[in-house]
Amino acid sequence: MRKIIDWVEHRTGLETAIKNFLYEDIPASSGWHQIIGSTAVFFFVIQVFTGGLLAFNYAPTPGDSYNSVKYIITALTGGKLIRGLHHWGASMMLIIVVLHMLQVFLYGAYKKPREATWMVGCVLLLIVLVFGLTGYLLPWDNRAYWGTVVTTQITGMAPVLGPYMQRLMGAESGVSVVTFSRFYALHTILLPPLVMILIGIHIYLVRKHGVAPAVDDTAPRRKFFPEQVFKDTVGVAIAFIILFTMAVVADVPLGRLADPTDTAYIPRPEWYFLFLFQTLKFFKGPLEVIGAVVLPGVAVGVLFLVPFIDRGPMIRLGKRTFAFTFAILGILAWTGLTTAAIATTPPNPEENEAAVTEGTGGVQAWQKLPPPELEGLGYFRKQNCVACHPGAGKKGIGPDLTEMPAEHRNAAWLNPHFKNPSSVVPGSSMPPVTLNDAALNSLSAFVLKLTPQNEAGLMSAPDFAVQGAMVYQANKCNACHQINGVGQKLGPALDGVGLRHDRAWLEKHFADPQGTSPGTIMPAYKLNATDLDNLCKYLLQLPKAGG
Amino acid sequence: MDEHHSHEPAVELPPTRRKVYTWLIHGTMSLIGAALAVPAAIYLLFPPKTRKEAEWVETADLASLPVGTPTEISFQRNRVDGWKVISEKATAWVVKGADGQVTAFTPNCTHLGCAYHWDDPSHTFVCPCHTSSFSIDGKVLAGPAPRPLDRYMVKIESGKLEIGPPEAHA
Repeated sequence: MRKIIDWVEHRTGLETAIKNFLYEDIPASSGWHQIIGSTAVFFFVIQVFTGGLLAFNYAPTPGDSYNSVKYIITALTGGKLIRGLHHWGASMMLIIVVLHMLQVFLYGAYKKPREATWMVGCVLLLIVLVFGLTGYLLPWDNRAYWGTVVTTQITGMAPVLGPYMQRLMGAESGVSVVTFSRFYALHTILLPPLVMILIGIHIYLVRKHGVAPAVDDTAPRRKFFPEQVFKDTVGVAIAFIILFTMAVVADVPLGRLADPTDTAYIPRPEWYFLFLFQTLKFFKGPLEVIGAVVLPGVAVGVLFLVPFIDRGPMIRLGKRTFAFTFAILGILAWTGLTTAAIATTPPNPEENEAAVTEGTGGVQAWQKLPPPELEGLGYFRKQNCVACHPGAGKKGIGPDLTEMPAEHRNAAWLNPHFKNPSSVVPGSSMPPVTLNDAALNSLSAFVLKLTPQNEAGLMSAPDFAVQGAMVYQANKCNACHQINGVGQKLGPALDGVGLRHDRAWLEKHFADPQGTSPGTIMPAYKLNATDLDNLCKYLLQLPKAGG
Repeated sequence: MDEHHSHEPAVELPPTRRKVYTWLIHGTMSLIGAALAVPAAIYLLFPPKTRKEAEWVETADLASLPVGTPTEISFQRNRVDGWKVISEKATAWVVKGADGQVTAFTPNCTHLGCAYHWDDPSHTFVCPCHTSSFSIDGKVLAGPAPRPLDRYMVKIESGKLEIGPPEAHA
């Protein structure tokens, strides 16, 4: 072993270089409070490592990206863990970087001659935020899509530069495929080497000026290795254990595929941007630009200039009352704004479908659909059709389904096309839809119903209704009942059934038809809890015939 | 490296404490490295958990196949490829025996995957790459091919030949 080391050392001087790095003199007052910087570097390494692993199985195009993330977390062993590490690592990275900054701030370690070190650190903080912003879009689910819509809109508000920055993000007319590619390029190609270079400069500057000592530190200096390195290692280990636990315990959600037509979705940014989001609410109308751009801009500017604002000599930690007050006020403001933002966030329809039931507006377009067509919408969602057919007026990989040519407007053309797209449309990149014929008929029926006028209304059908219609179809309820003019008339038509019966009655009716309707020929149905729930909710939403 | 601090040499730790610290640093870092490397290796090396649904594709009419002469047929099938299901053209060399039994060979030579063809005069399958040749029942006659031709699963359903996934080769 020694021989190999000597061989390498003789040719490269590597051992000497490492020793010079490790046996650096540090002030006797160094200690536990200075371990955060190393932990931040360690987390950057973790992000590069896990990010690289994700990239091995990630398709950087909208739509496909969603499918590949799904593939990573469902089909690949350990994929969920790797994604968890990357996701929670990003959040922890930000926390660690801010803590590092807070420590430097409280100790006044940015003072002359260390101003440049501080400012490079500020740039690194901003880049971490850009990492978070760009990475947020990459799973291409509803959360990613709508979150980025808000981000790009805010950018557009910036005076003078706004429209240009929006164009740079390819987001002049909403989040587009171009936005996606640019975010991906920033996140994976441009920013990582930039951060490496800046970390290099940052550490070089720390070394050049030495670790900032305490004011009254006159004790003999010590070596960085091994005592301080050991303390750093403890910090790294604790942070890593927290990260690993989070990645194992806390599931990273992958919502529904990004759906630009989903008007019910309430976009929210990542938690560390919530305070900005909340600040925005205090500024209405023409003042909005203040909350969106001016205030954050001023805050960043002040942060950069801290070493020039606070120019006095180093004083003891205990005497830095102003710095402490400032930091505490900052933390309080951040916490307050974030809590307020969380408290005022209504749950999303994806999480709380029942909420839709209570809203009694006009009859929605989807409520007028016969069950087979609503079932077809279920397949439309399951098959992620919206990935390539995003809807009227939106650019997608596939054609706009509301504007299909007349010769395609029949099941005889659509069904073979679903089964085997490229045999009907040579060169089509559409993947085949693997469903049985009955399901394809429903899917066709739904697609044929689409027009530019009704599309939004149909697509907004809540999940419970679609699932309910699927249960209705699977149990062949239509063999006896009619909804919206489709089905047999052996039993009563179910339009407006919610006006005649309530949920409890329906449940009892399914379980024991004789009990609620003596003499009925309806057989009993044993449905599982989810199916029963969806079916009842769906039926109760049916409008009166002709209503 | 501030000038005003380099007045005296830095103090060194006693050797035993040094050793303990060094050992702890290496130990902790190795554990963290393992906690990252093991999941990474599993993630990269374990085969994906895709549900393999055997798909059967209806191809040629049994009656249209000549007896005793291999015919290349092409058909469209769906294949799971990573996160995608793709619809692709596939081919098979189909041999119908006098007894009506049908064998369907996958179209690639078992040596390095070149497409072979049926050579009627010599009554063999010949691979143009390294001149492997196979008999009509797929056995290796000459060349570097390591095993007989691979086959698709086949079944006959109301007069039509249906081709399934490739059989696992021995």
